[in-house]
Amino acid sequence: MIQDLLDVVAKALVNNPAAVEVNKVERDSSVVLELKVAPEDMGKVIGKQGRIARAIRTVIRAAAAKDSRRVMVEIVEHS
Amino acid sequence: MRTVEESGRSVEEAVAQALRKLAASESEVNIEILEEGSRGLLGILGGRPARVRVTLKDSPAEKARQFLESVVASLGIEATVSAVAGDDGIQVNVEGEDVGPLIGRRGHSLDAWQYLTALVANKGSHESVRVFLDVAGYRERRAATLERLARRTAARVKARRRSVALEPMPAAERRVIHLALQDDPDVVTGSEGREPYRRVVVSPRGRESSIKDAKEEKE
Repeated sequence: MIQDLLDVVAKALVNNPAAVEVNKVERDSSVVLELKVAPEDMGKVIGKQGRIARAIRTVIRAAAAKDSRRVMVEIVEHS
Repeated sequence: MRTVEESGRSVEEAVAQALRKLAASESEVNIEILEEGSRGLLGILGGRPARVRVTLKDSPAEKARQFLESVVASLGIEATVSAVAGDDGIQVNVEGEDVGPLIGRRGHSLDAWQYLTALVANKGSHESVRVFLDVAGYRERRAATLERLARRTAARVKARRRSVALEPMPAAERRVIHLALQDDPDVVTGSEGREPYRRVVVSPRGRESSIKDAKEEKE
């Protein structure tokens, strides 16, 4: 499932996998996957000029292509 | 993963002993100190040995393989993952059914997976190893198609004496076109536009104006 996929990818990239959380927010025409990581791991999922975040969005979108709804990934810092 | 526990008069001695047993160097292992050890009186009486637990770290190839295996599992795809470390990097192959989502449109997803896999394989290490990822032989098949396209395009450019712009492609695919035509004496290749719409332009040699324009635009 798409949520598990994002969880697997994020946990493999960060230093603190226990802090990784993925929440799915379903709307009519879109699905938002909210990815939460520890503050010190933000760089690990965003990267320079957002390169890592872009790669994550690319693979998630391709994996969710069967679903007709738009899938969006939002990266949030754990408070 | 292999682990050994060793003791010695000092932590250094215990670690050295463990490294000999694992036939590994210090950069290839994780070291856990279980007991600092103490010398005791006069170095003889009541001394406690130092104890360490030394574990072989996963190699980058192993980390890459494990990562893609968990990816494949969470996609619910039946596929096998292999990773082989070579001189110029790690070649990772995924073979199986329904692997399309790993490739994506024009291989964009494949390139992104290759990038993410390289990050995972090199995580926590100072050196960085290149990772080459292929899924169901896509890159090989695609390279053959692109080489044919390159030759066909070069023939058209020569016949018409005019530049031809190809479809937008990811960087790895543009590279195949550039390489296929680099030894052709009659044409030159360049790229224009911004990612992800960047495209190769093939021009007659000596009339590279459109490529120069593209370069100026970029700068």
